[in-house]
Amino acid sequence: MIQSLRFRLTKRFGPKTVLDDFALEVRGREFVTFLGPSGCGKSTALNLLAGLLPPTAGEIWLDEARIDGLPPERRGFGMVFQNYALFPHLTVFQNIAFGLELRGRPRGEIVERVRRMLELVQLPGFEARYPSQLSGGQQQRVAIARALVIGPRLVLLDEPLSNLDAKLRLEMRAEIKRLHADLGLTAIYVTHDQIEALSLSDRVVVMKDGRVMQAGTPAEIHDRPANLFVADFMGYRNFFPLTVTGRGADGTVLGRAGTLQLAGRTAAPLAPGAAGIAAVRPEDVLLTEDAPGVNVLSGRVRLIEYLGREHDLEVELPSGQSVKARVGRPVAVGSPVALRLPAERVVVLPPEDGLGATP
Amino acid sequence: MSTPAAIAGPAARARLDRSRVGPGLVLLVPSVVYLLVMFVYPFAYGVVLSLRPGPGAGGGLSLANYLAFLTDPWQARTIWVTASIAVPNTLLTVGLALVVAYAMRRGIWLERTITTVLILPIALGTVLVAEGINGFYGPKGWPNQLLVAAGLGDPLRLTHNYTGVMIALFVQHFPFCFLMLLGYISGIDPALEHAARILGAGPWAVFRRVMWPLIAPGAAIAFALVFVMNFGVFPSAVLVGQPAGATRTIAIAAYQQAFEHYDMSMASAVAVIMGACQLVGLAVVLLLRGRLRATGVATLGAGKR
Repeated sequence: MIQSLRFRLTKRFGPKTVLDDFALEVRGREFVTFLGPSGCGKSTALNLLAGLLPPTAGEIWLDEARIDGLPPERRGFGMVFQNYALFPHLTVFQNIAFGLELRGRPRGEIVERVRRMLELVQLPGFEARYPSQLSGGQQQRVAIARALVIGPRLVLLDEPLSNLDAKLRLEMRAEIKRLHADLGLTAIYVTHDQIEALSLSDRVVVMKDGRVMQAGTPAEIHDRPANLFVADFMGYRNFFPLTVTGRGADGTVLGRAGTLQLAGRTAAPLAPGAAGIAAVRPEDVLLTEDAPGVNVLSGRVRLIEYLGREHDLEVELPSGQSVKARVGRPVAVGSPVALRLPAERVVVLPPEDGLGATP
Repeated sequence: MSTPAAIAGPAARARLDRSRVGPGLVLLVPSVVYLLVMFVYPFAYGVVLSLRPGPGAGGGLSLANYLAFLTDPWQARTIWVTASIAVPNTLLTVGLALVVAYAMRRGIWLERTITTVLILPIALGTVLVAEGINGFYGPKGWPNQLLVAAGLGDPLRLTHNYTGVMIALFVQHFPFCFLMLLGYISGIDPALEHAARILGAGPWAVFRRVMWPLIAPGAAIAFALVFVMNFGVFPSAVLVGQPAGATRTIAIAAYQQAFEHYDMSMASAVAVIMGACQLVGLAVVLLLRGRLRATGVATLGAGKR
C-alpha cells in the first residue's frame, strides 16, 4: 500500500508542448481522474507515469523513492488499456498469470490467485478461453484482472470503457467502482466522459492543452467550476457576459447583462465594474410564473426536443440570445415563457477569451 | 449465410444456394481456363515429357531420366550444392531481416530513406546486382583495395565462388524478406508490448513471450518464400558463382540439359526434382509451424486480433 504518488511532468514532442509542468499528489487509496478533451495530454501523462514514454523534464516520486528513471517493468504498476491489449495467443488463464509468472511465483499460488481474480471480475470458469472468444465486456474484465492480480502499487486506467456499448459501460463502471472500494486500490483513471469522472472519482483533474484547469472533488468541479473551460466541459450551456454591479459578503455577486439583472455565486475576486460571465446549466433553469426581474427572464419558445422524461427547450430572449432549459412538461413552440435562474445555481466566472461563451 | 437459410426452410435454401452458386461458377470460367492453359497444361506437359526419355525411346513412360540423374554423382551432387547455398542463406536472410525489422518496428530516424535504399536491389534486377557485386567485391573492388593498401594481406576471393553467390542472394532477397517482416511486425498492436512491459517483462521477455509467438507465422511464410527463391538460384550462380564447380546448382543442371544437350525430357526431369526439393523445404517449414501451434505458440497471426 502506497502513501502517496507525487509528480511534476513536462513533455514536449518537437515544438509542441503536450504536458506543461503538470503537477499533482495522489494519496494512497485515492481514485483520481484526468478529465479532458482529446489532445489535452491526459493519456500522455498516464504513459509517462507508466514509464512507456520518457518525460522531457520532471520527476515522479512514489513514497520516498524517485521512480521516473525506472523502466515500466520495474515500477510495479498495473495498466488497463482502451483496446484491452490482451495477448491473443494466450488463454485467459495465461493472460492473467503473465505478471505472476514473470515474478516467479510458484505454480500453485498462480493457479489460486488467477482463480480468485476471475471470481472477482465475475468470469469464473473462463480460464481456457482465448481472447477472441470473449465479448468486449468480458475482454475488459480479463484485462482488469490481469492488471490487478499482481497487486499493483498503482493502477492506471486509460479510457477503459470507451470501446464498450452504453449498457456495458454502466455495468463496468459500477464494477470498477466496486473493485476500487473492495481492494483499496490507488488508481488514476483517464477519460473524456464527465459522467464517468464524476461517478468514479475521489478527485477530478480537468485538463486542457497539457495544463490543469481545475482539480477538486466531483462536486466542486460540477457545482463550482473555476473557469469557462471547466464550466463548458461540465455541461454549462448558458452564458451571459455581464458587468458586476455589486457583491455580497458570502460570495454572491450581482451583475447586469444588457437589460437583464443576474445574481450568482463566484469564487473569483470580481469587484463592481469588472466584467464577468454568468453560467448556468439547462437542468437548473426553471419555468416560472413570476414577473421579469432579478434572475427571471422572459422569452419565446423557439424549439422543443422530447427526451422521454424531460423536454429540452430553446428560448429566445428579446435581446436575440437563446437560453437552453431542460423542463418537466412540454411547452408549445412560439408561446411566451418566463424562466428563472436560481441564484445558487448561477456561477459567475472571470472572463476569458474564446472559451465557450456565447456573445 | 446459414441464418436466413435456416429460417427459410430446405426448399428455399436449395433455391438460395442455386441462385448464389450459378452465376458464381460462370464467372469462374475465364480464370479457370486461364489457369488450365497457362499453368496446369505446361506443368503437366513437363511432367509427362520427363517420363518419356530419349528421342528414339518410343511412346512408353519410364523413370529412366530420374534414375540417370540421381545415380550420376556429378548430377545428383547439384541437389546438395543447391541446398548448401539455399538453407544457410535463407536462415541468414530471415534471421537478419527479423532482427532489423524488429528494431525498426516503431519507426526510426530516416526510415523512408533507409527503406528506399533497401528496396533498390529489387528494382534493379538480378543481373545488374550481380555485375555490381563482381565489381565491388572483386579483386579490384574497394574492400580488397583497402585490405591491400592497409597491408593486411592478400586480396580475398569474394566472387566467382560460393561466397559470391551467398552475397548476391542475400542482397537480392534481404529487402524482400525485410519488407515483408516489417509489415507483419509493425502490424502488431504496440499496446500488447506496453502491456507486457508494465506486467514486468523486460525487452527480451517481451520478445520471447509476446512478440515472437505473434511473429512466428509470418516468419515461417517469409522463410518458405525465401527458401524457394534461393533453391531456384540461376543467374547469380552463373554470374557471381562458379557454375562449373562449387556453385553448380540444380537450376544450372536443368539449363545444361535443355540448352546444351537439347534433352528437353531430361531437363524436365531435373526441373521436377528441383520442384520436389522445394516442396520438401516447404513441408518442413509448415511442419515446424504446426509444432509451434500445437504447443500453444502462434495460435493466431498478427492480423487476426
